[in-house]
Order: sequence, then structure tokens, then C-alpha cells
Amino acid sequence: MATTTTPTTKGFVGKRVRRTEDPRLITGTATYVDDVTRPGMLYAAVLRSPYASARISSISIEKAASLPGVSAVYTGEDVKAVGPVPCAGSMPTLRVPHHKILAQDRVYYVGHPVAAVVAIDRYVAQDAVDQIEVEYEPTECVADPEKALESDAVRVHPEYDDNVAFTFHAEGGDTDAAFAAADVVVSERVTVPRLAPSPMETRGVVAEYDEGTEELLVYSSTQIPHLLKTQLAVQLSLPENHVRVIAPEVGGGFGSKCNVWAEEALTCFAAMDLKQPIKWIENRRESINVVAHGRGHVDHLEMAASKDGTITALRFKILQDIGGHHQLLTPIIPTLAVIMIPGLYKIKNFTADLTGVFTNLPPTDLYRGAGRPEATYVLERVVDKLADKLEMDPAELRLKNFPAADEFPFETATGLSYDSGDYAKAFNIALENVGYDSFLKKQEKARSKGRLLGLGISTYGEVCAFGPSPALPAGGWESATVRVEATGKVTVMSGASPHGQGGETAYSQLAADALGVPMEDVVVIHGDTGKVHWGVGTFGSRGTAIGGTAVHLALEDIVAKGKKYAAHILNASLDSIQFNQGIFSSNEVEEKLTFQELALEAAVAQKLPPDTEPGLSATRFFEPPNFAFPFGAHICTVEVDGDTGQVEILRYIAVDDIGNVINPMLVDGQLHGGVAQGLGPAFLEEVVFSEDGQLLTGTFMDYAIPKAKDMPWIESERTVTPSPVNPLGAKGVGEAGTIGSLPAFVNAVVDALSHMGVEHIDIPMTPQKVWNLINERSQS
Amino acid sequence: MIAASFDYSAPETLADALRVLSDDPEAKILAGGQSLIPIMKLRLSIPSQVVDLGGIIDLHAIAEEEGIIRIGSMTTHEQVEHSELLSEKCPLLVAAASGIGDVQVRNRGTIGGSVAHADPAADYPAALQALDAKVKVVSSAGEKIIPIDEFIVDALTTALEPDEIITEIHVPTESTGIGTAYETIVQPASGYAIVGVAARIGLSEGNISFARVGITGVGSKAYRALAVEKALEGQPAKDDTYGIASRVAAEGVEALEDLHASSEYRAHLATVFTCRAIAAAAGRAQ
Ligand SMILES: Cc1cc2nc3c(=O)[nH]c(=O)nc-3n(C[C@H](O)[C@H](O)[C@H](O)COP(=O)(O)OP(=O)(O)OC[C@H]3O[C@@H](n4cnc5c(N)ncnc54)[C@H](O)[C@@H]3O)c2cc1C
Repeated sequence: MATTTTPTTKGFVGKRVRRTEDPRLITGTATYVDDVTRPGMLYAAVLRSPYASARISSISIEKAASLPGVSAVYTGEDVKAVGPVPCAGSMPTLRVPHHKILAQDRVYYVGHPVAAVVAIDRYVAQDAVDQIEVEYEPTECVADPEKALESDAVRVHPEYDDNVAFTFHAEGGDTDAAFAAADVVVSERVTVPRLAPSPMETRGVVAEYDEGTEELLVYSSTQIPHLLKTQLAVQLSLPENHVRVIAPEVGGGFGSKCNVWAEEALTCFAAMDLKQPIKWIENRRESINVVAHGRGHVDHLEMAASKDGTITALRFKILQDIGGHHQLLTPIIPTLAVIMIPGLYKIKNFTADLTGVFTNLPPTDLYRGAGRPEATYVLERVVDKLADKLEMDPAELRLKNFPAADEFPFETATGLSYDSGDYAKAFNIALENVGYDSFLKKQEKARSKGRLLGLGISTYGEVCAFGPSPALPAGGWESATVRVEATGKVTVMSGASPHGQGGETAYSQLAADALGVPMEDVVVIHGDTGKVHWGVGTFGSRGTAIGGTAVHLALEDIVAKGKKYAAHILNASLDSIQFNQGIFSSNEVEEKLTFQELALEAAVAQKLPPDTEPGLSATRFFEPPNFAFPFGAHICTVEVDGDTGQVEILRYIAVDDIGNVINPMLVDGQLHGGVAQGLGPAFLEEVVFSEDGQLLTGTFMDYAIPKAKDMPWIESERTVTPSPVNPLGAKGVGEAGTIGSLPAFVNAVVDALSHMGVEHIDIPMTPQKVWNLINERSQS
Repeated sequence: MIAASFDYSAPETLADALRVLSDDPEAKILAGGQSLIPIMKLRLSIPSQVVDLGGIIDLHAIAEEEGIIRIGSMTTHEQVEHSELLSEKCPLLVAAASGIGDVQVRNRGTIGGSVAHADPAADYPAALQALDAKVKVVSSAGEKIIPIDEFIVDALTTALEPDEIITEIHVPTESTGIGTAYETIVQPASGYAIVGVAARIGLSEGNISFARVGITGVGSKAYRALAVEKALEGQPAKDDTYGIASRVAAEGVEALEDLHASSEYRAHLATVFTCRAIAAAAGRAQ
């Protein structure tokens, strides 16, 4: 395993450097997919199924096709030759149903793409969509994952004998024996509703086919341009070196754009068919409807413990609502819940049984946190229940079960090796910051006056910085190229594909420090397969730990090669060359060489050192030896209004450890956004369908994403335990807040009502749900 | 979320606007567009043309005359929120306006549009009910002044004819000694009221001498809670009185039920927020 070296903090690394991306983003000069225009560009729109389950008996396109301005109307028949939308799952029991880019003879969910129109503008395209006549024979549907598993449930896919998409079992230790020997057993069942990822920029594609070069140029709002390039080549039967994918500015993804979408291949197919550039921009309604929802779980966790509070075993059951078919990572996501179910606790025995179930609903897939928020939520609920049962302080119970700081790397029963940590330290700071003991006194007093105060604790562990290649379906490395121009300007090319996180800033900080150049001299290029030759993408909090490390390694190579040049030019021995703040020097000679002078020498190559090639450029791949494991503690205090059920967050304390920090400002932003996306489903957010699979929260007038005014002030602090798995010592921060926040809120509200006998409330904890409970309890 | 095609006109006088409306029965008036444009984008409304009232300067004024404040129908929520005249003489309306949606919505949405749209969860109607407001409508045939309770007929339904335009909303200048308050619990996604209660309370020697309570969000249209008003009048101004009177806030009203609140919860909230609004208004009555 690599040894840890904390990055030097002589210049930019570790400082709150302002984002280099921001000037163009906030002045409206950035280019998103919808800003791309090409000569002769046409527009596509998609007709989607109004039924959750139906056979298509006929489609008549004549009316639509005859509208002035319509270039083409495509149905499933026309695009039959295009390969299926890929699913990367590989468990032996996995069923992968038919997933063509347009429905063939059946639709499986409301929103299923049925036909597409290409027209002169978006308005005509939409008019034509309305003119396509489809005759459906609606069939019975099932829109609830638990009902879908009942023996008499209708089958989403008649070709299978039930609705099970896959099963997955994992275990460690001897769970049955631990339960048999346990002093206490507690359990809870939680539902985690579907969430709409809702990036500010919806999906969008522009595709253009060059008949001369036979190159397909694709702009897509994606987190994974390189993987998309490969997949499009496969789906469209093109040589991969004839496909170029550009992810221009991407306005958020939260995992929803870490996917390969039917509409991507569809837009490309049409562009190749019509030999004209085509743009497709998803509207917000489509985004809420069909962009793979996150979560969609029914989870059950049983916990065994001894009297002294030692947690000994877990039995975990997950029901994952798959929807009508898989997307890229659908079956893989809930396995992340399985491996992280022990959280930060030393639990030696566990079994987990995961069942993926088809429903007549849109697909689910990754969304910020992906499996880990679900696991942490049910775990932290059950830990509170255990404390209650043992009449033990819930903070003390948690402290008792953490591994000590000197037990790392810590091997979990689920087969992971937690890289580094000091869990008690972060947790104790959080307790201290919230004033734990004094709050409990205040709560007692308030209760006696009828006020409902609560405090909720959540500790969380996260597996991220994906990750060692064997653990991922398509490689877990990242690549970077650093090119020094003849004038000494520095171009960094990364295979990661940041889409709002501030990766350009972080990589510029690394480059500026390593080469002793001003940050303005660094340009970071990413998200273009034509410019960056290799890449995996940005997801799973890997941008810094993996992407940043590749940049770091390439920078080291540049410095090493630079030293060879310097030794030769300065006429000094290689060992004596120092490189500091952009100056090459040696104690053997007076003369010095600036980085810029050296860059020119490397380009003109007049004084080429022996065994050295011209040019100052380096490409490196970083393959991590392990995941990284951030952790932390979030504590939330609330007051519940007994008359209305409304919950006010009084204080929100977050102590996170994400390893070494390149830019605290970027980290704060990630944590704040993460907390918001964890709190949203705690009390507001939920995708709701009717029993017949109709979406009831189809616009932002009904789907409640958290807004700034709904958010508490976040009192954030960090401990720093560098990760030993990469030379930057970085772990990852994209998902931490989302994982930690939800259980803290839920535990706080349950705590506020615990004296009434309330043990659990399902999320989202809307005022109505909370009031109903209070009302029931006060009447009984 | 792409509107069907439509024509657009922006007349500069009321007469021109009325002419367009009588010539084209499929035309729709456009005020702030905060309700009309979303439903056009969902193609739930497909007007032949939209008639933008923005250019008719007369519709933007707020003026006081003989105890009546005339608010031009094109006055935005933001203008009501920040009107000095209204905050001095009709603070209840200011309170209702400032709770509507978000800044962007308040900058564009208008009082005329809100009243014409008659959303059962809109904020203004509660205040307008409590204020006994009147709506002035004009057509080529002449003008009418309609009490708010008659103007709003039901959810999304008003007494407005297709060729009529709302030109003014009339509210009284608040009498001295009357305290007012608007209390609301909002639907978390849209910001509309799940329940909104507007109260005007007058006191005399420790007893309630005047009570007006308007409630929005609960029924299919905003209403005056006459039973609550009756239960308050003449009673001592104290918490018990408010609590008892509020119990009948939703009496006789079929409370709405939707994704965000059951009818039982809505009816309950009506009592809670009525009590809070009355208490706050009484606290301000001097
Ligand atoms: C995100 C969002 C949140 C909102 N939240 C709230 C809220 O919390 N509370 C609330 O009360 N409202 C809310 N609204 C609605 C907002 O107040 C609208 O402004 C209002 O309902 C309509 O006013 P408008 O000027 O935009 O009218 P428009 O949308 O332009 O028109 C609405 C209807 O009224 C007709 N109309 C408009 N003016 C006249 C006139 N002078 N004479 C005759 N007919 C006319 C139009 O033809 C149309 O049918 C919200 C809207 C949005 C988009």
C-alpha cells in the first residue's frame, strides 16, 4: 500500500482558492449542450407512453410526418438495428429484459420512449409528437415493489415467471450463532422513497455525423464521456475511433448522468440517418419522470447485541425497486448498501439478502450516495432503537462500538478494509459542538412544558474514491496528461469529468504548486474524448482521490524530466538539482533556470540531454489499491410543533473527515449540497405514483426539492485523517453530507416524540405524518 | 413543456384590448404569466392568442379615494408588498402578498391575475375575503363592480366573462384600532398555501368588537369564516376565546384532499392557523 504524503501547503493546495470555473458560469458565457448550435441543426422530441403497462397494437405516423417542418418520425421498428441500452450488472441471477432505445411491442412504464420526431424546431417537433397516433392495449400493472413480489402479482415481463430481477446474498462470520447468543435483538423496517435527481441542467444531446471523415461527434450532458463513447460505438456498430464525445459544461448530475441513455443513441441514430446535426433537450417533466430515480428501497435490519451494548450481528434484507428495466448500474447500486451495512461499528457477523424487483415504473439507478444513505439510515435508526432497549445513552453506545484509531486498516465482516480513521475523535467533537449534555437537560425541561425538542445522532462511513478496477464494471483508474507548452504555460488533461464540483480549480492548484507557476497559467481540459485520450469519469467521489492523483503523478514526471534537462543545461549533476517555486538550481553552479526557460529548452530541443526525448509532457494512470473511506458524525436538534407537525431544525452540526483537503471552499460546497440532498428526502422529497403507475409529482409544483430557505445553518468542522491509499491522502466528499444528514434528522424527530411511544416515522417526515402520529398518541 | 403556437398582441389601451377579446373568443389575457404560461407549456391551455396587458399603463396604479383603495389589476405582488400606501392603510394585503411564492413569482405575478385564476390555494383571496374586497371588471358593454365572494365562484372558476377584463381591486382603508394578520402553512413544493388565514380584529374595552376572518386553501374557494366571526364578537379578547371560536373554522366546508394534505389535516390546520391569525391580529389591535 502506498505511503501517505501530505501535499505541501506552500502555495495553493489547502487554501480556499476561488473557483476558476465561476467567471464563465456566472456571466452566462459557459457552453452547455443547449448552447451548442451547428449549421442546419434539427430538433428531436420523444413521444412517451401514457400507460404503465400496455401492448402497442399500432402506431400511425402519417399525420405527424406530414406536418410542415417535420424531417422524420421514428418508431421502434426503425431503430431495431441499434443495440440495447447497456446494463453493467453481472450477478449470476440477473435478468436483463429487452431494453431497446424505443419500445418495440410493449411499454413497461409511464414515460417509456415510444417514438421520436425530428423537425425544424422544438415547437414543430412537439406538435408532431402530439400527432403520432398510437393504439395501446393497456394491461394490468404493478407499481409497488412489495406487491410485485406477491405470488399472484402480474408480471412486468411475461417472459419471466416472476418479477425478481436478481437476488444477491452476502455473509460474514456466523450470524445465526451470534443471534442465538444475543442478549437483545432489535429491528426496524424502513422505506426509502424514490427521488428524482433533478440536476439544474436536464439531459441534452447534440449529434453530428461527418460523411467525409465518417466521424460521429456527440455532445452530451454526461459524467462519463469516455464510457459513453465506447457504448455508442457498440450500440451503433461504429468503429470506436470514429466516435468523439464531448461533455461540455455539465450543469449537475448527482449520478443521473453517470449513465448511458436511450436518447443518446437515438439522437445519434437520427443524425446519421438524416445526415444533419440534431439536438435533443430533455424537458423538466421528462427529467422528473424518466431520469433514473435514486433509492426506491424497502429495507429491514435486525441487530443482535449483548447487554453491555456490544453489537454482535446484523441481518439485512433489501428490496430494491428496479422499475421496468435496468439502466447502466441499476443492479449494482444496492450492493453498496450491503457492503456498508456495518457502518462505523465493529460488527463481526452479518448476512444480507438483496432482491431486485421489476415494477411498472421508470428505472432506478445511482443518485448521490447510491446505496450508502439507505444503509446508514436503517443502521442508525436501529442503533437508536438498541440504545432505547438497553436504556443506554445512544452516544455512549456508538462510542463503544467504534474501532479504535490504532486498529486501521480495519477489516469489516463485509470484506472491506477501512483505510484510516479516528471515529471517536470526530464524534466527540460533534457531541461537544452541540453541547450534548446541556441539550438533554434543556429537552427535559421543555418537555415538562409541553414543548417537543429532539436530538438526532448519525455517524456514517462511506466507501468511495471508486475504485480499484476489479471492483468496477469498466475500470476504476483515472488518467491525466500534463503538457507544458513552449512558453511554459501548463495544460492539464484529465479523464475525470467534473460537472460542477470544481475539479478544474483543484487540478490547477495541484499543478500550480507542483510546477511553481501562477494558477492563471494552468488550463484544465476534460470531458472531450478527442482531447483527453483515456478516462473513466466523475462519480462516486473519485474526482480528487483518483483523478487528482493521476494529475499529481503526471506532474511528478514533469518535474523529474525537467530536472534532467536542468542538470544538462546547468552543467550540474542530476542529484544536485533542486526544484523550488518554479526555479531549477544546484549547489554546484551559480546559474539558475526558470520553469519557463526550461519549457522552451524542452520544446526547441537544442540541448537535448542524453537518453532524453524532447518535449515536456507526461501521461499517467492511477490505479488505486483500495477504496477510500470518509466518515463523520452529524447531529441535529429539532423542535416539533405539536399543533401542526412542522419540524424546525434548531441546530445542525457536521463533523466530517474526508482525508486531506485540496480546497476547503470546494469541500464546504460539496458538504452543504450533500446535506441538502440528504435532508430533502428526510422531510420533503418523494416521487409519488398512483396505483396505476401514473406520476403524481411530475413538476416542481408538486415534487419538493429542498430550497435554500428550507436549509438549516450548517455548523461544519473537519478532522483530517489522511488516506493511505493515494499519495494525496484524499478520500472524497461528494456524498458524505447526503449519507450523514438523513438519519440525523429522522433520529431527532423520533427522539422529540419518543416519550409518546413513537419508535419510527417513515420518510419523508411531512408535517401531516408527524401530526397524525401526535394526534393518534394524544387520543389514545 | 413546449407551448403550442399562438399569436401575441400587446394593446396599449383598454379599449384595444377589449376589442381583441370580443373579436377572438379563443384569446386569453396575459398578465404576469405565472399561472397561464405553465399551463400553456403543458398544453393544458391552447389559446389562439395571448393579449398582454402589460402595456396598459392605467392598470398599474394604486390610488386612494374616500376610504377605498383602488389597486390596478396589473399591480405585481412585489408592488403590493412594497407599497407605502398599502402598508400604512391596508397591511393585511401586504402580508398576503409577501407570502406568495418566491421573489421571481412576486416580481411578475399580478393581483388581477391571481383573482382571475382563482386557485383555491392562492394567498390573496383569504385577505380579500376578510377585507370585503370588490372586483371591477370592464367589457365593451360597460363595467361592473362585483364583491369578491361572488366573483370567485369555485376552484379556477370566476364570474368573469371571456370578453371582460379585471381593471381594479377595491379594498377599504383600514380603520384605526383594527389589527390584522395573515398566517399560513405552505405547500413545500409550490409555496402556495395549504391553509392561509387572514384576520381583522377590532377591540373595545377588552372585548372583540369587530371580526373578519378569511380562509384560503381549505375549500374549493376562499371563504369568510362567518361562524368564527360570530363566535368572537362581543367576547373577551383572550386565548380561550380564540381557541373556542377557531374550532368552527372549517365547519360546513368540504376540505380539499391532495398529495400534500388530507382533508382531515387541512380542516385541523384551519383551526390552528385561524387561532394564530386571530391572536396575532388582536395583539395588534389598539
Ligand atoms: C412557482 C410559483 C409559485 C407560486 N406560489 C404562489 C403562492 O404561494 N401563492 C399564490 O397566491 N400564488 C402563487 N403563484 C401564482 C402567482 O401568484 C400568479 O401570479 C397568479 O396566480 C396569477 O397571476 P399572473 O399575473 O401571473 O396571471 P397570468 O398567469 O398571466 O394569468 C392567469 C389567468 O388570469 C387571467 N387574467 C390575468 N389578468 C387578468 C385580468 N386583468 N382580467 C381578466 N383575466 C385576467 C389570464 O387570462 C389567465 O387565465 C405561484 C406561481 C408560481 C409559478
